Amino acid sequence: MSALHLDGVRKSFGATEVLRGIDLELEDHEVVCLIGASGSGKSTLLRCVNLLEPLDAGRIFLGGEEITRRAADVNAVRRRIGIVFQAFNLFPHMTVLRNVTLAPRDVLGLSRAEAEARALELLARFGLADRAGEYPDRLSGGQQQRVAIVRALAMRPELMLLDEVTSALDPELVAEVLSVIRELAEGGMTMLIATHEMGFARDIANRVCFLDDGQILEQGSPQAIFSNPTEQRTQQFLERIIEAGRL
Amino acid sequence: MASEGDRRSDPEVERRSRLLGGLHFEGEGARGVAIALVSTAVFVAILIAAVTQSPGWPEVKRTFFDWGDISNAFPDIARAFVLNVKIFLVCEVFILVFALLIAVLRSLRGPVFFPLRALAIVYCDVARGVPTILVILLLGLGAPALQLTGVPRSRVFWAGVALIFVYSGYVAEVYRAGIESVHPSQEAAARSLGLSRFQALRRVILPQAIRRVIPPLLNDFIGLQKDTALVSVLGVVEAVNQTQIDSAATFTFGAYLAAAALFVAITIPLARLTDWLIARDRQKRQAGGAFA
Repeated sequence: MSALHLDGVRKSFGATEVLRGIDLELEDHEVVCLIGASGSGKSTLLRCVNLLEPLDAGRIFLGGEEITRRAADVNAVRRRIGIVFQAFNLFPHMTVLRNVTLAPRDVLGLSRAEAEARALELLARFGLADRAGEYPDRLSGGQQQRVAIVRALAMRPELMLLDEVTSALDPELVAEVLSVIRELAEGGMTMLIATHEMGFARDIANRVCFLDDGQILEQGSPQAIFSNPTEQRTQQFLERIIEAGRL
Repeated sequence: MASEGDRRSDPEVERRSRLLGGLHFEGEGARGVAIALVSTAVFVAILIAAVTQSPGWPEVKRTFFDWGDISNAFPDIARAFVLNVKIFLVCEVFILVFALLIAVLRSLRGPVFFPLRALAIVYCDVARGVPTILVILLLGLGAPALQLTGVPRSRVFWAGVALIFVYSGYVAEVYRAGIESVHPSQEAAARSLGLSRFQALRRVILPQAIRRVIPPLLNDFIGLQKDTALVSVLGVVEAVNQTQIDSAATFTFGAYLAAAALFVAITIPLARLTDWLIARDRQKRQAGGAFA
């Protein structure tokens, strides 16, 4: 039984078809990176998995259970999936600690003490213990994004979705966020990651999928995709990336 | 001469003093204060001269500016004014709650909620479209006349209901502007953690929305405080009606000045509080920490 299974997923915004039949399977503890140009459908794919966007066609299974069926409880599904956004999306009117404890308390029904203990342990693990009482605006981008990751982890999700989590960061702050993700991967977290960091994808991914115009054009081991791509579109994309000095 | 020209051409100083109602002379020092004082004194002197030289002035002075009339009327009017303040305070509480409910109904998305959304829109249009004085007359005279059992007959009660009805329309729109100013990504983040629509609204969206609209809310309350005077059309003895009683007894109008002074004593501090909150909000945003 796979951790996540997408079967013929299609999604349009108006007349534009953004996802044109996506089939994808993730095993438990597998890390899959989605690469491709902006507008190729990476973000939409992640938002569909988290049921933030309704599908036009196709089905999605989480741990063998279809989450796109009509009767599915979307709130219950989202509890099991963590998502981290490019723009952090922390709650600016709450302290770091409150950001992290909100969902465990309100959704999982944890007591304040339990939720705070869980939050402080996670914050400490990612070097944020001394930031618990701060408001998000007072943190650097890298710290904010690490808090966003901790906020998602506090729900103990079985799957993490990362949507270009380093794209809004200053270059010198990218490494601290990537090292957190690397630690998660080593801990066995199942992850689906949309990224422009090709070097990182090559290091961390079990499998890389190249998205082009709403379809998975090519997928395989990082070695195969980055060193030996078979599709011409993949080759062109990687050439542009190398020209830009990103690989 | 040169420095005067410089100051006038400094857009930063001009902008600030305009925004803060001309009460600030930042960076101008004693010279700026002196110029402001002299210019104000000249302005006031011209105004006084123009009024006191007018042909009708002796008559107006006798009927309006008799200190004896004003101070005789003041205690009665002040006592009656307590009713205005009570109406204002009680209505304000109901308006804050009721308008929030309307605003939330109006911001619900999805076809299921269409009837509620439509109802909220119609409500806001009607409440803001009908003159306040008409609503007070309709409810204040109409509702007690129905003689329904269990329905209060008090005109003050129905006048209060009328003010709540009208002002909730305005305040609901203020709330709605606040709700719409919170970026959709905040709701996405909340929902992605498993929070329900209602939990996301209560914990994430409304706290941010309400914080942003506190200054415009206060603005509406200044209006409400003034509009409690409209309750006088029902014959309720509040400040304005008491004033009319007093002036009818003396055939002078000094009582009107006493009533005006009482209203201003409440609305001006509210206005300054609003200015102060707006200024503080701007400073915080410029400092980059809107909530720190």
